[in-house]
Amino acid sequence: MDLHVIAPPASPAERAAVDAVISERVGPPTTWHGGTRETALDGHVARGGHEAREHRDLLLPALHALQDRIGHISQPALGYVSRRLAVPPAEAYGVATFYSLLATTPRPPVVAHVCDDIACRLAGAEELCATLERALGPTGAATPDGRVTWLRSPCLGQCERAPAALLTIAGDEPRALAVAPLDPAGLVARLEAAGSGRPAGRDAGDQPWGPARRDTIRASVPQAGSDGLTLLARVGAVDPSDLAAYRTSGGYQALARALELGPARVIEEMTASRLVGRGGAAFPTGRKWAAVAAATAQPHYLVCNADESEPGTFKDRILLEEDPFALIEAMTIAGFATGAARGYLYLRGEYPLALARVGDAIRQARQAGLLGPAVMGTTFGFDIEVRRGAGAYICGEETALFESIEGKRGEPRNKPPYPVDVGLFGKPTTVNNVETLANVLPIVLRGGAAFAATGTEGSTGTKLFCLSGHVARPGLYEVPFGTTLRALLDLAGGVPGAGGRLEEAIRAILLGGAAGVFVGPETLDTPLTFEGTRAIGATLGSGVVMAFDRMTDLAGTLRRIAAFFRDESCGQCVPCRVGTVRQEELLARLASRPAGGPVGDELGLLRELGQAMRDASICGLGQTASSAIESALRQPELLVS
Amino acid sequence: MLLWGSNARETHPIFFHHLLKGVNRGARLIAVDPRRTSSAQWADLWLGLDVGSDIALANAMGREIIAAGLHAREFTKRATSGFDAYRAKVEPYTLEYAERETGVPADAIREAALAYARADRAMICWTLGITEHHNAVDNVLALISLALLTGHVGKYGSGINPLRGQNNVQGGGDMGALPDRLPGFQHVENDALRAKFDAAWGVTVPPKRGWHLSGMFDAMERGELQALYVIGENPVQSEADQERAKHLLSTRDFMVVQDIFLTATAELADVVLPAGASWAESDGTVTNSERRVQRVRKALDPPGEAREDLAIIFDIARAMGHDWGEPDPEAVWDEVRRLAPPFAGMSYRRLDELGGIQWPCYDETHPGELFLHSRLWEDPVPGLRAPFVPVDHDPPVDRLAPDFPIRLTTGRRLDSYNTGVQSGGYRSPLRRGESLDISPEDAAALSLAEGERVRVVSRRGQVEVPVRVDESLRPGLTFMTLHFQDEVATNLLTIDATDPKSGTAEFKATAIRIEKLTGTPATAPAP
Repeated sequence: MDLHVIAPPASPAERAAVDAVISERVGPPTTWHGGTRETALDGHVARGGHEAREHRDLLLPALHALQDRIGHISQPALGYVSRRLAVPPAEAYGVATFYSLLATTPRPPVVAHVCDDIACRLAGAEELCATLERALGPTGAATPDGRVTWLRSPCLGQCERAPAALLTIAGDEPRALAVAPLDPAGLVARLEAAGSGRPAGRDAGDQPWGPARRDTIRASVPQAGSDGLTLLARVGAVDPSDLAAYRTSGGYQALARALELGPARVIEEMTASRLVGRGGAAFPTGRKWAAVAAATAQPHYLVCNADESEPGTFKDRILLEEDPFALIEAMTIAGFATGAARGYLYLRGEYPLALARVGDAIRQARQAGLLGPAVMGTTFGFDIEVRRGAGAYICGEETALFESIEGKRGEPRNKPPYPVDVGLFGKPTTVNNVETLANVLPIVLRGGAAFAATGTEGSTGTKLFCLSGHVARPGLYEVPFGTTLRALLDLAGGVPGAGGRLEEAIRAILLGGAAGVFVGPETLDTPLTFEGTRAIGATLGSGVVMAFDRMTDLAGTLRRIAAFFRDESCGQCVPCRVGTVRQEELLARLASRPAGGPVGDELGLLRELGQAMRDASICGLGQTASSAIESALRQPELLVS
Repeated sequence: MLLWGSNARETHPIFFHHLLKGVNRGARLIAVDPRRTSSAQWADLWLGLDVGSDIALANAMGREIIAAGLHAREFTKRATSGFDAYRAKVEPYTLEYAERETGVPADAIREAALAYARADRAMICWTLGITEHHNAVDNVLALISLALLTGHVGKYGSGINPLRGQNNVQGGGDMGALPDRLPGFQHVENDALRAKFDAAWGVTVPPKRGWHLSGMFDAMERGELQALYVIGENPVQSEADQERAKHLLSTRDFMVVQDIFLTATAELADVVLPAGASWAESDGTVTNSERRVQRVRKALDPPGEAREDLAIIFDIARAMGHDWGEPDPEAVWDEVRRLAPPFAGMSYRRLDELGGIQWPCYDETHPGELFLHSRLWEDPVPGLRAPFVPVDHDPPVDRLAPDFPIRLTTGRRLDSYNTGVQSGGYRSPLRRGESLDISPEDAAALSLAEGERVRVVSRRGQVEVPVRVDESLRPGLTFMTLHFQDEVATNLLTIDATDPKSGTAEFKATAIRIEKLTGTPATAPAP
């Protein structure tokens, strides 16, 4: 704070970009806080201190604004942000360099972030990247006009329509849009259009409501419109930008009922439902809510974790894009039950359409009195603020997510204390995943016991599965817990090849994403439940089911997974920071060994590394960074090409 | 937390680290300093008063507190004396007057006054910004009055705290290193107290107070002081009006310097006695800013011919015909305990057990006192009530004038210590050498470039120094340190206008002009 960036003053455009975001809460700049020198006014007095420092949580929004409007965060701009928010420049720099969507060196305004992660690899991402390199030059390099570049990206959450890219266009009217499935020529044409200021087209999921749109949705959600769906009931059936349509379809009945029941009864129903978290950790939601509701420290916060970034996962994206009111309603109920007046929706930075749809829905809900100081005319006040992530897998970890909202590097905290005691801004906080919250509405409407009647004893309700890779109809599926892996794959049209015989067509299935486990075709009859997957040493994780056929280069996939964790490790704790690097090195060494050479040393070391990361990493990233890789190496037959 | 005339962020970094812990837990910080220092940048409110206008500000704050009815009525009635005189004294100190004298906007003064008065707990910490003035004691009295007025004294989280410049400044005073005090602050002119020392020591203690440092220089000038024994001080470089100090010190009949370094003063001495460091190479006690007496332990023998202070003093006593036996720090301390009641209960054993004890500690069952003035909260108050001493604003002696239009204030930086004797021998990536720090506006008005050497002239002397443009300064205010005396003798400029009560010179307020050195190319500041 008493150190400053030595740089010329920020440009008017940079200052305007920052001020537009912070001026609602932060007063105008003074001599001492980023303004021009007015010593006649400010030479004898300055106000600051706590008041100046309490807006640190605006740091990431301000950096986003610079990235969106200017295309990168220059040193002068960083200095300006630091002064305006009274953040030490070194810390602001630490934050700016933490997130992959933010650039601290000049970058062309039009950027294609091309996914080369697991599912997109299976759909030809490497060939696509080679084509782009021929057309646009190497990754990161600007085109001759300086307007366009392309970068490789980890999973963009578009796996059901792989390969995919995210286009970001910086400028006075910044845009971002998902392109999927993409063909190289189409992408290059779009980039050229954007580079010369012409329209770059629309997001893959962005169409006016109508039959064509419903077709698009059915391509991602093959079950859309069919009966018997709970979580996906409205997807493809109700216009997500129409509050009236949402209410006609039964929307906001759950909130009305919750307000009638009162917080304690709502929590009772949640507990009776035996709902557990769908983000991957499977913690009982009712217990979490009860703990926050009982916490004496005030205020309480609600956070919806929509930072979906587990490779292979896209379920939350579809809920956010196609049923945003349901999420808002569920968050309102959660806020009511846990005594929170403020909810944060931390949304993945790579989901521009979700951002638009959710933002629009929040505005409509506010206008209709469904959010705000008097929800549905009661004395209960609740509102939601959307915060965008900026490209960091680790921010899906709940405490890293808090740090990110608070304007810090997204580095996980030690636990305990747990978020229910010390969470966002140090206050009791409920953190729920998007899909978890989607389950709240049927629980409140039908009662916890009725909800628990679906599924199995240990896994109640239905589950969303993200099917991708080598299946005939990739997409999002909702099935009751207990459905077997085979039945789920059949629902998705099976795995092409081998005449439809799954056992012969499949080499491996990745359950739970990059942090999950590879299983072989012998597990096809496993019931998909928390207890069922545990019994075969696997995990449901975030609901990823990615199929790999007999032709897959699984060793390459493993190296991509290792690279992913190496890249996404926040670097805070040693086992993960060093372990993920060493793991990737060992896989590269395995890959380059002469055919038939000994592999014992590498495998032993990989196991040791995995153990060290599991035992000693602060958070789940390090603890699971070796999970998929080790599971594959335990089954050498999976790796035979 | 009212940080007044202190850039603790740089001058007391460890203390400030503790202060920041409080700030990060929600404590509010108000900084009063002419410069927007790195400490002030942490503050909720910074009052950038003009140099030497502290009393105008403090009195106006007192007036505002009384006017708002926020003074501690019951406390002032029961535990203090002189409240009415104080109220009468501060009555003319309106916000308008204070704004005119200090430059600080009236609403900010009011805000600070009300915040201080309304706080459940509040403390005032100050350092040399208060005491290096010709009216230093008055400055302190004005702050004391604020604490008495609001009852922020003698209880947890309150009080008035001078931050000490060394670990044992307080200990020096405790042990009677003051011109008018014997150990334990017993006045030398009190016959009964002196008689106790006469009896214990078997000698006659001189019945009159001695000179303080500035008084000694005056005495040298009058020819009344010809021999000097300097222990752990470097007055040649630390005194104001350096030409005069150097002249006087180098013309004495005899001077002994006892120090751990060969200082500039030692170079003028007839005899230099190399001493051991007071930490690591000595046994004994120190007293910190919160009056906590702590043990220090010897880990090493002093190098070469250097010896512990105690051993040197014992030998000098022996040479003068007094054999005190073998030096034994614990025996000396026990003698202090016998003669000075505030330390009576502090045996080495108890100091070890309790991790230090805060005086007063009258016997070996006494736990020490967390607050010096907690008695003020007893009813009735035992002993004397705390007096308000009303004081008036009196601007700096070295007036600004057309030929000396710019205010120079001096101070310290994080990377260096005082005259640099202890810190100059070590490299620091932060240290950039001496400079005249100047506002961007003044630099522009005088056509000065960063790093350009200029001549700085005061009514007493002149130095050449490179310019450094510092955005934390307003027009008309400049800053230099005393860290690089060998390169730039800042104290050639400063005035030795001295507070008659404390003997401290007005280092903080010098009137200067800046002269461009024509034909001198601009150079980068020294690394």
